[in-house]
Amino acid sequence: MVEAARALPTLAATPSTLLRWIPLLPLIAAVVHGVMLGLLRRTLSRGAVIALSVGSVIASFLLSVVAFGQLIGLPEGQRAFVDDVYTWIGAGRFSAEMSFLLDPLSAVMILVVTGVGSLIHVYSVGYMDDDHRDDKGFQRFFCYLNLFTFSMLMLVLGDNLLVLFLGWEGVGLCSYLLIGFWYMDKWNAYCGSKAFIVNRIGDFGFLLGIFLLFSSLAAAGHPTVAFRDIAAAFPRIAEQTVQMPDLLGGGEWKLATLIGVLFFVGAMGKSAQIPLYVWLPDAMAGPTPVSALIHAATMVTAGVYMVCRLNFVYTAGPGAAALVAWIGGVTALFAATIAITQTDIKKVLAYSTVSQLGYMFVAAGCGAFSGAIFHLATHAFFKALLFLGAGSVILAMHHEQDVDKMGGLRKAIPITHWTFLVGVLAISGIPFFSGFFSKDEILLAAHGAEQIPGHEALWAIGLFTAGLTALYMFRLYFRTFHGSFRGTSEQLHHVHEPAQTVLVPLVVLAVLSAAGGLIGVPQVYGDILGVKNANSLAHFLAQVVGLHEAEVPQAEELRLAALAVLVASIGIALAWWLYVQAPSVPQRVRESVGWAYRLLFGKYYVDELYDMLFVNPLKWISENVFYKGVDAGLVDGVLVNGSANAVQAVAARALKYLQSGFAQSYLFFMVAGALAIVAWLVV
Amino acid sequence: MVPLSHVIWLSAALFTIGVIGALTRRNLIVILMSIELMLNAVNLSLVGFARVWGDLGGQVFVLMVIAVAAAEVAVGLGIVISLFRNRDSVNVEDVSLLKW
Repeated sequence: MVEAARALPTLAATPSTLLRWIPLLPLIAAVVHGVMLGLLRRTLSRGAVIALSVGSVIASFLLSVVAFGQLIGLPEGQRAFVDDVYTWIGAGRFSAEMSFLLDPLSAVMILVVTGVGSLIHVYSVGYMDDDHRDDKGFQRFFCYLNLFTFSMLMLVLGDNLLVLFLGWEGVGLCSYLLIGFWYMDKWNAYCGSKAFIVNRIGDFGFLLGIFLLFSSLAAAGHPTVAFRDIAAAFPRIAEQTVQMPDLLGGGEWKLATLIGVLFFVGAMGKSAQIPLYVWLPDAMAGPTPVSALIHAATMVTAGVYMVCRLNFVYTAGPGAAALVAWIGGVTALFAATIAITQTDIKKVLAYSTVSQLGYMFVAAGCGAFSGAIFHLATHAFFKALLFLGAGSVILAMHHEQDVDKMGGLRKAIPITHWTFLVGVLAISGIPFFSGFFSKDEILLAAHGAEQIPGHEALWAIGLFTAGLTALYMFRLYFRTFHGSFRGTSEQLHHVHEPAQTVLVPLVVLAVLSAAGGLIGVPQVYGDILGVKNANSLAHFLAQVVGLHEAEVPQAEELRLAALAVLVASIGIALAWWLYVQAPSVPQRVRESVGWAYRLLFGKYYVDELYDMLFVNPLKWISENVFYKGVDAGLVDGVLVNGSANAVQAVAARALKYLQSGFAQSYLFFMVAGALAIVAWLVV
Repeated sequence: MVPLSHVIWLSAALFTIGVIGALTRRNLIVILMSIELMLNAVNLSLVGFARVWGDLGGQVFVLMVIAVAAAEVAVGLGIVISLFRNRDSVNVEDVSLLKW
């Protein structure tokens, strides 16, 4: 497109037409469903829906595996496939291609998205089977789920910012549609709207980031939005400074920092970080497979992916990186404290997701981008497992989600119990489960991140949160599966292990949660076992995000890991003591520090605060100024009805008498008018 | 040869008579005749100009106007006849129902 951009040392990529089929297959399925439901007003049979939807996602997964195999076959450092489908937007010097990029980063992402996505599609077949609220519901659900998979694949495969943004908005739309899937219940529709609106606030920052990045690059002679070109051109603008307006404290900011902060605002919305996390817990109103796929494993990690994709921005803008790390750390702690008191099984998992996403941002902010992606992948495994396990419990309990009404379920639903336990062990960071390796990498990165102000405190927060994580997860586990049953005897009688399609994904995900950490074993264990490049994930990703070498002595690293395990064990022991050994203690604690309990149980009253500060004033202004004043008053009253009334008033009182009914008087006006025109032309 | 100014004066006089007739007379037949007079006044000037400029287009146009005027008179007289059958009158003041 532009000579200057050509001159950049852009990473070469091998063409491949395979890539387009990976997002296209789920799109085809979604379009078929959409046309059937929306235009033809008929439903496919249940078997056809399953074959089309589940089949397309599994096919997409197989294609991803093939593409991944081909990528591995390329020489190291040049691993990139690109698929230029067509020129999407071309305007003068600017052009945005509809093109896909498969490099190590997007390869990991598509494997997670299609792999976990396939399992959750299979699970949904069993889970949505007992939904009789709406006869089109089954097909509608899979239509949205396929559309989501398509959007998410666009997001991670997009070769430029605009394709990424298209996917970004697409997943937001599907999230909205699926949260409010049972829209007949007004609360679900409200939660869907809330998710959508809060995400729009983040998207605003994201868009500004795209604009600023593009205009800065264009000013430097590189009008491009393609990632590899941006990565090559970015060093030429990174050192520029921007004068900030007085409203934001004035002063000069590095351009890289400002761009990084704007992009991170987008990530805050999508990945549920303070202050825009409030939508995610309410998103649990959607069906449980949706919570697992969209609100735990894939969509909410889009912000982490985006920060890693733009890693060069955060490397060049230390201020933005510090913000990312600190927001992540504070969010991790904040959400974990809320999770301790919640009694809805899905709410606990939702706050846990917010907290774990915080961990990923700590890693990304500290420069350990591969650590962030590692935790993203392992979290996708164990959090999907936990959500699907929770869904299995919810099915067994006939849509009861309150853990206060559960207990002792381990005998009634043994497979769910064992797989759930694996997930709990993985998220708690018990050695050699997947979460252990990824969480340790993050804590180590925070410990050694000298460039982040207060990185020691950040590390301490991460460590403490690890203990809290073990505490609240084991609390959930003990409350659900141990002790005595607290529901009605009617419920107990009906508790049963769900269908095969529900159980198989659970078992597969349990294996992945247990062993998934092996893709990124820290080198320190590799040294002990005599393996070179043990952290295969980090080396694989190094081409895109660089290699983050921990400069910590081996003994120190092992000591830190042991400390993390110790803290997690304390959390587990505490949970065991509180919820199994001495179940009366939590009640007494609750009574003795009632205000603290109420603060946590009320989720720090952040929703109420936002209602007071933003939602209610906006509603008031909308109602009284924009609706009553502008819409009803000005537009309807003055402009539309007012002009009509004015014409009517004049016509009814005076003008109508011109219409006398005498043809000759009309003729007279005509002649007079013609004469007037002639007179005006001549004189 | 008759100068052009004579033709124009005659045409203008005929046209004015036609306008005044159409505006002042109450009999529909006379009004129709007045309209014909106006059309023919215009035809006269068209022929005059065509001769002066040596352009046959004006004369062709006159033939066109005559054809249209014939059709118009046929429709107009048809309306007058059907009006007389209904109202027993061809006075334009008796047909003023279409008003406010």
